[in-house]
Amino acid sequence: MAEEKAKPRIGYIHLSGCTGDGMSLTENYDILAPLLTDMVDIVYGQTLVDLWEMPEMDIALVEGSVCLQDEHSLHELKEVREKAGLVVAFGSCAATGCFTRYSRGGQQAQPNHESFVPIADLVKVDLAIPGCPPSPEIIAKTVVAVLNGDMDYLQPMMDLAGYTEACGCDLQLKVVNQALCIGCGTCAMACQTRAVSMTNGRPEVNSDRCIKCGVCYVQCPRSWWPAERINKDLGL
Amino acid sequence: MVLGTYKEVVAARSTDKQIQKLAQDGGIVSGLFCYALDEGLIDGAVVAGPSDVMWKPEPMVAMSSDEILAAAGTKYTFSPNVWMLKKAVRQYGLEKLGTVAIPCQSMGIRKMQSYPFGVKNVASKIALMLGIFCMENFPYESLRTFISEKAGVDFDLVEKMDIGKGKFWIETADQTLSIPLKETHGYEQNGCKVCLDYVAELADVSTGSVGTPDGWSTVFVRTDAGETIFKQAVEAGVIETKPMDNVKPGLGLLEKLATDKKTKAMKVIDERKAMGLPVPFKGSAEKEDPLANV
Repeated sequence: MAEEKAKPRIGYIHLSGCTGDGMSLTENYDILAPLLTDMVDIVYGQTLVDLWEMPEMDIALVEGSVCLQDEHSLHELKEVREKAGLVVAFGSCAATGCFTRYSRGGQQAQPNHESFVPIADLVKVDLAIPGCPPSPEIIAKTVVAVLNGDMDYLQPMMDLAGYTEACGCDLQLKVVNQALCIGCGTCAMACQTRAVSMTNGRPEVNSDRCIKCGVCYVQCPRSWWPAERINKDLGL
Repeated sequence: MVLGTYKEVVAARSTDKQIQKLAQDGGIVSGLFCYALDEGLIDGAVVAGPSDVMWKPEPMVAMSSDEILAAAGTKYTFSPNVWMLKKAVRQYGLEKLGTVAIPCQSMGIRKMQSYPFGVKNVASKIALMLGIFCMENFPYESLRTFISEKAGVDFDLVEKMDIGKGKFWIETADQTLSIPLKETHGYEQNGCKVCLDYVAELADVSTGSVGTPDGWSTVFVRTDAGETIFKQAVEAGVIETKPMDNVKPGLGLLEKLATDKKTKAMKVIDERKAMGLPVPFKGSAEKEDPLANV
């Protein structure tokens, strides 16, 4: 019998997240069954696999930020870093802190659970997939790129692993203030909470609605520009 | 390639008399969208529609030929069309979406399609992107300066604006005025100064005025999707075409203007890099082709 090529072992780690990123993964209805059957092994993950002991993994998708007052979470994250080849900040909570940037403790039953940080503040992160949640499409594209070893496609996500202090105000600071905004409206389209609108051709951020997910700036054509990939995707 | 990758370039115009009357040039965008709507190739298109304020466009989802035609004609200021794409898919429930885009907008859309981080169910719904050539864009207040202050015309009387032959043209019902383009310098949008795309290189089909006589447009057919729809429209008699070689001033002028735009932008990019300012594009020293849109 021919030896089968080992399938990548994928783990799903749930820290201070809402399971929305995991849900978004499952919304790839068309490809999910062949993906799970033929292409990867999901070896670990609450809600997915009945296993208590964390195994060795090729890729760990980490959802949620980390609560500094929760020893168990800290321990789990460190264990993931030891046991996974590739640690992915899966979704904006893990990547940028997102909603949990607003946490400030004072609630029952753990009033001291106050401080939440993106996982890259504590361990080395290899890839970040921001989004609240990331779209099913970007998750599928990322998994396919990992399977194919397509590092060119993944490069922007490796670069984004360092983008942890995200905010809607990045549009002003890093685009408008830098004379780069062209008023296209991509940021306003991308915003998942409708916190961004366009006024006189410039983004206007309602900071009361902004959840600091980072998607507006990440999606802006003037933040980074994957020219070769786009030409390839279009057949140009 | 200074004009981007394309399968075919032709001179073309819409054969519809009403579209010819309303259109800025050959009515290619209006003509193709109306045809695609009629044939069910798209079920709506995001266009730069009219607003309550004269010459200040608002992105809108057009779902009928009348709505498409209401958006005909160039407005030389911002219409953040990309903003409407998600709404068109989510609120209007459109499955096959058309959109008109200037080069920078096409860049926002194509990046979103290749890397759809937070954009569920939008990337695959874009069925037809028509790109329009763009040398630069202006803030609304810049337009008011050209028209009210420099040309001394009442804003409400303006029926058409056009940039061509080195001038900014303003037409009213009974007169045509112009100001030299030199006088518009310093009023452009700042973000345009690093733009390396003149002829909407990433659109399915891109079109513009330069290269062809008045009433006609230069049309680049770029992607497979664009080729399919454009060929169908020509076969249906909705669009008429002429070989580019037979028209004046032809591709040469287009190549010159595109080269000028890119060379100028590349210089600004290099200056910005020297100052330590961010630029999303590669510096010219790092490029194989200094004029590529990368």
